[in-house]
Amino acid sequence: MINWDFIVGHLNYWLFIILMMTGLYIVVARGNLVKKIVGLNIFQTSVFMFYISIGKVTGGTAPIYPVNRQGDIEYDPTIIYSNPLPHVLILTAIVVGIATTSLALALIIRIREEYDTIEEEDILRIEREMSAQDNKEHGSAMGGRA
Amino acid sequence: MIDTLIDLILFAMLVFTALAIVRINHLFAVVMLSGVFSLLSALLLVTLDAVDVAFTEAAVGAGISTVLMLGTIALTARTQKKSSRSGLVPFIVVTVTGAVLVYGTLDMPDFGDPNAPAQLHVAPEYMAGSIEDIDVPNVVTSILASYRGYDTLGETAVVFTAGIGVLMLLSGLGRRRREDEEEEEDV
Repeated sequence: MINWDFIVGHLNYWLFIILMMTGLYIVVARGNLVKKIVGLNIFQTSVFMFYISIGKVTGGTAPIYPVNRQGDIEYDPTIIYSNPLPHVLILTAIVVGIATTSLALALIIRIREEYDTIEEEDILRIEREMSAQDNKEHGSAMGGRA
Repeated sequence: MIDTLIDLILFAMLVFTALAIVRINHLFAVVMLSGVFSLLSALLLVTLDAVDVAFTEAAVGAGISTVLMLGTIALTARTQKKSSRSGLVPFIVVTVTGAVLVYGTLDMPDFGDPNAPAQLHVAPEYMAGSIEDIDVPNVVTSILASYRGYDTLGETAVVFTAGIGVLMLLSGLGRRRREDEEEEEDV
């Protein structure tokens, strides 16, 4: 099963997976929220490229028909075109991606306003201190630690 | 042959950019490198025949999202704190996930195979119908605006919702900041 043709045919997919995993590593291992969003963008862009690569046909060209001087489409059956459907889906996905990114960045600005930090560890520490404070104040009234 | 070479060079540049983003703590540099990553991916998309996607990626990924991130780091922080956690557990998680994904690609058709299932269903009908039905030379346009017009309508709804969300999150930011400063002055 593992031969040279197989490796050449699948190398592109594996390279995209390496890029995806680099993005995922940034999301998981780095505590800064802006950097997490950058990592998520890398992951997202790699998925887009992977998806587009499925629509590529060897020897194909961009799916745009040639037009003559009168503006009529000249269909030539000998030209091979790549699959346009993944392109359309990914165009939609890019725009949705920027919408979610901007929402995430707005959330980061709000988090910074409330906690005065955008580091995950600091936010968790502040949260723990706040809940410990609540326990101290209201815990006995509710019959022990909340 | 030359195609493969260009492909591999672009991939190498993409991987080095991503690794630089992992290592650098200065957020301005990270944001700029993410713009570089988007431009490189746009180049790779051109080699994959997706010219429409490439210029959308260049405009949106390298343009708008870089501007938004620069605005965010201007309002928040410029540098990342050094993390005290070890990177071992995330690395194991990422390696296992990657291995599973690679295992998933083993059954996939070869890259560029004209007889792959994705090439045989629906898409040929769009390609042929686009000339008769829509009469637009760019097939991507005719699918986006006509055959899959509802997708684009849904996309507009998503962008609208996200816009409302951003407005609600950020409205009153300057006012609250001024109030805080006044309170501090009073104290």
